[in-house]
Amino acid sequence: MKKKKVVVGMSGGVDSSVAAWLLKEQGYEVIGVTMQIWQEQEETQQQEEGGCCGLSAVEDARRVAAMLDIPYYVMNFKAEFKRHVMDYFVAEYLRGHTPNPCIACNRYVKWESLLKRSLDIGADYIATGHYAQITELENGRFAIQKSVTSAKDQTYALYNLTQDQLAHTLMPVGAYTKDEIRSMAQKIGLRTANKPDSQEICFIPDNDYAGFIEREAGDQTPSVGNFVTKEGKVLGQHKGITHYTIGQRKGLGIAMGTPVFVTEIRPETNEVVLGSNEDVFGISLYADHLNFMSISDLIGEMEVTAKIRYSHKGAPCMIHKAGEDRVFCEFQEPVRAITPGQAIVFYQGDIVVGGGTILKESCQ
Amino acid sequence: MKKMIYLDNAATTRTAPEVVEAMLPYFSEFYGNASTVYEFGGMSKEAISKAREIIADAIGAKENEIYFTGGGSESDNWALKATAEAYKSKGRHIITSKIEHHAILHTCEWLEQNGFEVTYLDVDEFGVVKLEELKKAIRPDTILITIMFANNEIGTIEPVAEIGKIAREHGILFHTDAVQAFGQVPIQVDELNIDMLSASAHKLNGPKGIGFLYIRKGIKIRSFLHGGAQERKRRAGTENVPGIVGFGKAVELALNSMEERAKRECELRDYLMERVLKEIPFTRVNGDRTNRLPNNVNFCFQFVEGESLLIMLDMKGICGSSGSACTSGSLDPSHVLLAIGLPHEIAHGSLRLTLGSDTTKEDMDTVVEAIKEIVTQLREMSPLYEDYMKKNN
Repeated sequence: MKKKKVVVGMSGGVDSSVAAWLLKEQGYEVIGVTMQIWQEQEETQQQEEGGCCGLSAVEDARRVAAMLDIPYYVMNFKAEFKRHVMDYFVAEYLRGHTPNPCIACNRYVKWESLLKRSLDIGADYIATGHYAQITELENGRFAIQKSVTSAKDQTYALYNLTQDQLAHTLMPVGAYTKDEIRSMAQKIGLRTANKPDSQEICFIPDNDYAGFIEREAGDQTPSVGNFVTKEGKVLGQHKGITHYTIGQRKGLGIAMGTPVFVTEIRPETNEVVLGSNEDVFGISLYADHLNFMSISDLIGEMEVTAKIRYSHKGAPCMIHKAGEDRVFCEFQEPVRAITPGQAIVFYQGDIVVGGGTILKESCQ
Repeated sequence: MKKMIYLDNAATTRTAPEVVEAMLPYFSEFYGNASTVYEFGGMSKEAISKAREIIADAIGAKENEIYFTGGGSESDNWALKATAEAYKSKGRHIITSKIEHHAILHTCEWLEQNGFEVTYLDVDEFGVVKLEELKKAIRPDTILITIMFANNEIGTIEPVAEIGKIAREHGILFHTDAVQAFGQVPIQVDELNIDMLSASAHKLNGPKGIGFLYIRKGIKIRSFLHGGAQERKRRAGTENVPGIVGFGKAVELALNSMEERAKRECELRDYLMERVLKEIPFTRVNGDRTNRLPNNVNFCFQFVEGESLLIMLDMKGICGSSGSACTSGSLDPSHVLLAIGLPHEIAHGSLRLTLGSDTTKEDMDTVVEAIKEIVTQLREMSPLYEDYMKKNN
């Protein structure tokens, strides 16, 4: 029988390198690919940092591929990444949301575009080094399942993958613990370079989101405005709404005697609402841009555990269908910092039920 | 390794066995430093002189006008930066084209950041610089015109004689990046009024890491590297003797075979172009059909991602390229194809094949069949192609 062909997205790091090795061991014909996704850094920055992260990833991945004796290519997805991730990121901030670019990148770049090109060149699957698993359920649907190791769970950012994408994806790393992956890396002699942990947002290496948005948005960058109470009383001046996110306490530049937090961002009036810690808590929210995995659609209501951001542990919640592409989510206990633009992901046990994008109406 | 068909000779070439043979004694046998007094070092000096003579003769220059460098990019950098510095009291304006190699374009950008002005000339649909525009762009403070001899992506040969004449009439220095053309087509610097010329050995079956810059006598440009007295103090550093010897040998071979090789490559090139155009629909040839380097073909296949095509050709053992590869090996739309007026999505789907002296007609047939199969397969999976066929049927 002809070997199944799989394209492994390689970053040069341990996880994707071991993924490639595992698949080769499992009898697949493996092709390594690094996705080039963001524009090369400014020259000055390159000089300061002594190199470009994008390129060192390519170099590392190429060496791993040579060691594993698999073909290796670099594919250019800069245009797709700009459109679906960077432009989206800026647009969301401009409308007072806090986006999650990794989710957009997964859905539209890592999966849609990489999968298309991989199928083009004759592959049957794509694979990644995510700590997550893909299960085919009894109802015939594919769903993301948490990795065997609870120490590392990367399922949150994967909720938006389609059934077709899941059917053509392998995640071999999800069946092992981080320690097992590390010892495999050692065994096969991977030079586990002391790479710094992945940035929170790869295309903003200096973490200055507001600066990035200003460069991208130009004269559309929101100007300074007022900090207000929820009743509308002016408390001071803010630097522009793109500098803030829900629940933020640091960097407000305002002294109120008691701790204050961002509780709402109002792009239409260019206001940032401040309140007490209790004001940051909410009990319910609306979400749209839904994607379901373990079920084809939500009928009526369902009891789930929901995560409202990557670092959220998850909280019991009842979800109700509230329209064609809309759910209403009611938590048992109030949750902190429900943030429009972030994803809410629903779980039943280890299985991802689905998820959506938190709506602005949630905070009103 | 499976049989490979190498069609990327514009990227680099195989070092000819005769070249390697000529170089070998200068590693372990005659390894003396050319700048020493003893006879042993003199053997290296003599070898350098001989290579310099071959190269000077090849372009109708004098030996003391040939300066060995680390390659084409270094020669380009030197020519532009040092001219700018030496002539800035006369003016700060430089003219180039939009389709130059990045060694020129990025150097020009650097000069712009350092107080110089650069005009980037448009080209016509075949990639030829427009002479009328060139004349219009000339200003009293123009100090340098730099236009490539032949384009590395689409092979178009520029009207160098006319450009040289215009430059001479206006008393402006003329530099040409001849990295792709040297050894492929005859070049005589005096006839063409060329003041400076960059070339590189590895494009003509010589070794990598060695090039030269021709600088017409009397041109005052500063030293590129300061140090010892090598290259008449203009480019310090102990000479790369084996490289220089190999370069000389490669030039000798290239000149001797030029006419016959060009004829052969033109025939194969035209055969390849004709078959592809006839047998694969929605295909175009970029550049001029005849006014191009003998070994260069550049296609665009509509509805096809250039990157996927290259990967699949590689899987069949065929080495080609698309535009100019950036450092990482991934592809951006080619600035050359954009400059000749191709839309972004088409500029992304190009394939450059550059033939070599060992390319055969059988290779061409194999390649045509492979391209046909791959392009068909990729189009079958392309939503754009599907839409187009639906609309037009």
